[in-house]
Amino acid sequence: MRLENLLPKIVLAPTFVSTIITIYGFILWTAWISFTKSRMLPRYELEGLVQYVKLFANERWWVASKNLVIFGSLFIGICILIGLLLAIFLDQKIRIEGTLRTVFLYPMALSFIVTGTVWKWILNPSLGLEKLVNDMGFTSFTFDWLVNSEMSIYTIVIAGVWQSSGFVMALFLAGLRGVDDSIIKAAMVDGASLPRIYWKIIIPSLRPVFFSAIMILAHIAIKSFDLVVALTGGGPGYSSDLPATFMYSFAFTRGRLGMGAASSMMMFGAVLAIIVPYLYSELRSKKNE
Amino acid sequence: MDSTSTGTMSLPQMIGRASLYAILFLFALYFLAPLFIMVITSVKPMDEIRTGTLIALPKAPTLEPWLKAWGSATIGVANEGIKGFFMNSLRIAIPAVLISTLIGAVNGYVLSKWKFKGSDTFFAMLLMGCFIPFQVILLPMARTLGVLGLSGTVSGLVLVHTVYGLAFTTLFFRNFYVGIPDELVNAAKIDGAGFWRIFWKIMLPVSKPIFMVTIIWQTTQIWNDFLFGVCFSTGETQPVTVALNNLVNTSASVKEYNVDMAAAIIAALPTLFVYFAAGKYFVRGLTAGAVKG
Repeated sequence: MRLENLLPKIVLAPTFVSTIITIYGFILWTAWISFTKSRMLPRYELEGLVQYVKLFANERWWVASKNLVIFGSLFIGICILIGLLLAIFLDQKIRIEGTLRTVFLYPMALSFIVTGTVWKWILNPSLGLEKLVNDMGFTSFTFDWLVNSEMSIYTIVIAGVWQSSGFVMALFLAGLRGVDDSIIKAAMVDGASLPRIYWKIIIPSLRPVFFSAIMILAHIAIKSFDLVVALTGGGPGYSSDLPATFMYSFAFTRGRLGMGAASSMMMFGAVLAIIVPYLYSELRSKKNE
Repeated sequence: MDSTSTGTMSLPQMIGRASLYAILFLFALYFLAPLFIMVITSVKPMDEIRTGTLIALPKAPTLEPWLKAWGSATIGVANEGIKGFFMNSLRIAIPAVLISTLIGAVNGYVLSKWKFKGSDTFFAMLLMGCFIPFQVILLPMARTLGVLGLSGTVSGLVLVHTVYGLAFTTLFFRNFYVGIPDELVNAAKIDGAGFWRIFWKIMLPVSKPIFMVTIIWQTTQIWNDFLFGVCFSTGETQPVTVALNNLVNTSASVKEYNVDMAAAIIAALPTLFVYFAAGKYFVRGLTAGAVKG
């Protein structure tokens, strides 16, 4: 009987130990290193905020952060717009809804490396989209975003939106299916038009879905790494760097551990700033139920 | 909305309906175009790629690029194509998926049916694993793998994927098992059934859907991973995503786009297969994992 009582704890023990070490312990280790002057090898003498001061004086970090803001807001905004539109359209008793849903969502099954590879080919300045449009007779058309340092970050947006907007559609569609039909019927009896009903009643009732979608997309944006590596490699120069590629470059290829650690702590902080209010409101709404 | 399905439509309604279908159709084209382009490019000879356009159908289709991508393309220092790396991904994904799913199942069982003081707190702590950007654990993990002698090995990647998969697998199973009535478990306890017997006889028989969701989620996550692969593996132990990126982004004298595309499709096939074979579970995992995680 003693063993039986201990069994649940024994079963959970490996996960407990691994969580304490590989999540909390490792975060603390990274935090510690971010306060030291570690370069190729970790050093453990605390030196205060040196790395953070250097990080914020680093132009490349600012480019990466600015890119995250551009990429993040466009990626989230466009994904939500397309996702919501597709969900509303699909919710109109469409005959081949199942097939369309499958088509809209399949990119989500792909690796960002595959997505990056195919979009790199499509956006290829000499053989891709540009050539296609030129051969159709529009010879002055140029599309060189991939090699244009002013525009390269927008190619990440294009590929990212392609990959993730179907997923946002799935979220909204689930939300729409949960909307009470009787409210819509009542509004129709009152003579309200369909677009008006959507605008005034249905879309506002999807607030929680908007909230989750923004959360998830922001999370994806902050962690974006593979897509940049595959599509632009952060270039030309470092014009399409994001914090995740910055971190990799400093920590793993340039041997600047302290700086890499500091940049990853900034990313961690950004995620916490998004997730904590979200969890808080989730827990509160559960308690109120 | 009801009148639209009855067949007696006014003209404006018909126009509205037609444009609705047109827009949806255009979006379907937009989502399918890259897949289409990938497939046709992968069977075109290089001279057709240089002279033709992105969407021109192949005039003389060839499987040569596929054979080369699979068996003889230059990746890193070897000329052996992507097949070895594909096998690496299998050797990483299969054990990591199985181990993390099984541990997640018993974890979820404990956290829902054998709660003890502190177990809820532990569950909340574990959820951090679903949120953290992995950049924050890369450096200490690299050193830990070094200390364990697992740097650059397939076993090392299995370990990393298992450890960081536990948060999600536990979350999935815990949320599923919470929905199974406690009375069932309590009655079995009174009848003298023990921890494992209840798991075996009551929980497992109803767990098929959640096993599907978890296995599919983990398989896609691990197969598609690039970050851990690029940080913790070298040369011939790299997973297929890293190899694909090396193939595509190495500046060769002659760029073979058809081989690149064939390799990309090969790397994508397993997860695409899972998606088309078990899409229902895939979507469920995606929304559950995403909304709750």
